Amino acid sequence: MLKRENKTDVIIVGAGPAGISCAITLARAGKEVILIERGLFAGSKNVFGGAIYTQATKEIFPNFETEAPIERRNIEHNFAILGEEDSTTITYRKNDNSSYSVIRAKFDRWAAEEAKKAGAYIVEETVVRELIKEKNQVIGVKTELEEYFADIVILADGVNSLLAKQIGLRKDIDTKDVALSVKEVIKLDNQIINQRFKLKDNEGAIVEIFGGPMLGMLGLGFMYTNTDSVTIGLGITLNELAENNYRPYEILEKLKQHPTIAPLIEGGTLKEYSAHLIPEGGYKKIPKLCDNGVMIIGDAAMLVNNLHWEGTNLAMISGKLAAETAVEAIDKNDFSKKTLSNYEKKLKKSFILKDLKTYRELMDVMHSRKNAFLCYYMKKINAFFEMFTSVNGIPKKENYHKFIKSIFTDRKISELFKDIWAIVKLLWSILI
Amino acid sequence: MNLDKKLYTLKYSPDTESHLKPDFEQCKLCITKCCVNICPAQVYEWNEETQELIVNFENCLECGACRIACERQCLNWQYPKGTKGVTFKQG
Repeated sequence: MLKRENKTDVIIVGAGPAGISCAITLARAGKEVILIERGLFAGSKNVFGGAIYTQATKEIFPNFETEAPIERRNIEHNFAILGEEDSTTITYRKNDNSSYSVIRAKFDRWAAEEAKKAGAYIVEETVVRELIKEKNQVIGVKTELEEYFADIVILADGVNSLLAKQIGLRKDIDTKDVALSVKEVIKLDNQIINQRFKLKDNEGAIVEIFGGPMLGMLGLGFMYTNTDSVTIGLGITLNELAENNYRPYEILEKLKQHPTIAPLIEGGTLKEYSAHLIPEGGYKKIPKLCDNGVMIIGDAAMLVNNLHWEGTNLAMISGKLAAETAVEAIDKNDFSKKTLSNYEKKLKKSFILKDLKTYRELMDVMHSRKNAFLCYYMKKINAFFEMFTSVNGIPKKENYHKFIKSIFTDRKISELFKDIWAIVKLLWSILI
Repeated sequence: MNLDKKLYTLKYSPDTESHLKPDFEQCKLCITKCCVNICPAQVYEWNEETQELIVNFENCLECGACRIACERQCLNWQYPKGTKGVTFKQG
């Protein structure tokens, strides 16, 4: 290959958790790395639900708990099943530090600064328009203004990854394999947040929301507490929105008005509205992860565990594993697909592909049984507690009998068998 | 709260030229025009009178939903230039 002037060891496209983790790992290993970000600063185009995970974050930033701009330490998970008016909530609370809420524009910017301190070059306000290929090998990137060359290019350009598509590593995303998320960050007084969510100091709470205005849709809502704001949002599968002509922000408005949710955000003022896509295809939709001179990490590789609301941790660790693979490749001076496929092997050995494989059947089951699992049973849970808590002179035994009978008579009996079969199939795929 | 008030919370640096380029002839043939509803920033509006798609690209949140959902796959969707588009201060 020709020796080129502006050539470096590695170019990473996109400064999110994946790209930054990859850059810092390479820089610490003494490799020359350029991280190219299209926004004004790292984080300025990035949106997520709200949590970073301690174990994964510590692998990249060992002292982040004292050094990074974090908001709150999450000690409570609420699972709220909303009916049209009523709700049932399960709360798990433990004085723990397994996750923190952060503001991405602050956290990513801090993380990128750390990468810079470690020796990575960060080029901001620059869009990579295409990858440069020579003899079946990716050898660099073309930005709006100039060309940069590298032994390895790592794509961390997010869920839309136009670059992975350009070189044929990724196909077009199907509307059922991606969710559109809209969210609002609502300013509220620190003390009011602590009162409403039963928190003290910098403790935080997470609310995972099922049903409500999303009853029967493949969609979930979420709330996170920040230091002096609360995040509320929802993500709904794109095909659902498209087929039904729903406007995502109107569904969010309805969620905000639900009697269980409204008191939590009452009196707050909107700080920022945002939207983002979430890859939801899971294991079966993971693209080809590498080719000659190129690897894909984070959302660009569709690495999201939607059932557990995990994304940033998969992003960070995939970035780290790609960086480790790149270091080996640079030391061997071999940037072939064969060498870079070690990245895929590392991902397979890690929790990332193991977890995604565990849930490989989840989305298919949910797509085919959404009316049952995301509507009927949600309503049924609330109906059970309505029955259980009612004091109306009707003997309890009658109530129980009526409730049990309704499970068999509400719908065709075949639906019930389909549900049982779906659950057995799903559990089998998860556990066996 | 209406959408305009939501979008008002965002910092934009709009370009003079649109980064979203639908094939307007295809849009005329499109039955669902799902972009009009799906877009979280209501970038797309259908003008019944002129039978044309209006693209308010200045409001774009750069999420990519329209790109994937466009049923005629006739949208040339690019990121705005490096200094342009939306900036999230919260994210």
